[in-house]
Amino acid sequence: MISAFRKELLLQWRTRAQAVAVFVFGATALLLFSFAIGPSAGLLRQYAAGFLWLGLLLSSTLTLSEAFHAEMENHALEGLLLLPVSPRVLYYGKALANTMQLVLLGICLVPVMVVLYDAGTTRLLTVLLVIVLGSAGISAPGTLYSAMTSQARAKQTLLPLLLFPLIVPVLLASVKATSLAILGDPMQQGRSWVFLLLCFDGIYWSLCGLLFDRVVED
Amino acid sequence: MPQDLAIDASHLSRRYGRRWAVADVSFQLPRGKVMMLAGRNGSGKTTLLRILSTAIRADAGRATVAGFDIAKQKEEVRLHSALLSHYTYLYESLTARENLSLVSRDTDAVLRRVGMLGRADDPVSTFSAGMRKRVSFARVLLQKPSIVFLDEPFGQLDPEGFALVEDVVAELKSSDATVIIATHQVDRVARFADVQIGLENGRIA
Repeated sequence: MISAFRKELLLQWRTRAQAVAVFVFGATALLLFSFAIGPSAGLLRQYAAGFLWLGLLLSSTLTLSEAFHAEMENHALEGLLLLPVSPRVLYYGKALANTMQLVLLGICLVPVMVVLYDAGTTRLLTVLLVIVLGSAGISAPGTLYSAMTSQARAKQTLLPLLLFPLIVPVLLASVKATSLAILGDPMQQGRSWVFLLLCFDGIYWSLCGLLFDRVVED
Repeated sequence: MPQDLAIDASHLSRRYGRRWAVADVSFQLPRGKVMMLAGRNGSGKTTLLRILSTAIRADAGRATVAGFDIAKQKEEVRLHSALLSHYTYLYESLTARENLSLVSRDTDAVLRRVGMLGRADDPVSTFSAGMRKRVSFARVLLQKPSIVFLDEPFGQLDPEGFALVEDVVAELKSSDATVIIATHQVDRVARFADVQIGLENGRIA
């Protein structure tokens, strides 16, 4: 598992130019969303969390759709599967690396959101926790679907079509929890949304790990 | 199944669309033997090796490799066997050492054995086809398999590489490993092969 995770980190490091491009894409999306709202500072602040997560979600499709690119180049995935290692180890290694990449992207997009939407907050640890949990909720099914669509010609289109409906609960909980961290949480509702996120993460990470064997072996 | 059988294949078949790539292939191979699989392009050699190494499924028939069923005990089969494929199975952006460390940490000895220690820390993307083949070969050796499937092991190699393959096969044989070689280099392999099988249109000729 550590070996698989290390391999993923190495692959991501060697293709780090792509990560920069994805960040620029996310930041541009945030900028364009802000134009849709107009100059009202109150409205911008109100919708900041939603747009942050939409930007992160759209950017994630770029990284996830290429997640198995290196594996397909020389049929490296087949080579890994022929080792006496459970495919789940490969899945969790890749899903963890994808989560880490999304977390870093989310962390980099937060200052952009703060500047563009005037959405500063002192509850940075809460925002960080939500970004970690939300990214994990996107990465788990995202990695599975990325494996499924990796050999499809229209993978860039197919992946969001499959992924977006599935992660609606994660997106909703992430937006709500982030929004409460930015706008204030007098009723202490944030914990419920974080708990919901945790539950969906648990479901996705266990179920997708189980299904990965079937996806890659077939 | 007798304990000394490395491979016991019975009526193995696999088709792509309407065409049978492997049709009703049955054979038994005792442990410690070298088998040559000969045949023209498209005769089914690669498909047969891929079925036996569990890279793909058979559509019909059954087989055991090292005593384990290739359909039901894939992980055990993979523990005891290794495949040198047409595909290199290498990550282009990783170095030779990083690629091999996915199999085992002890990479220096095999890299030296295949003559690639000097380029161990260079990315695979900078290697020629022959060098990639050598690293793939190192990957197979690192798995320490008791059954080795070699699909065109001489392809892309220089004369030194030919000698390397022959030496390694001899070493494997002396350590009681079983080797199946699918090749067009019939004369070369016939010199040390214990068993020879020819395939024609997916069937044993």
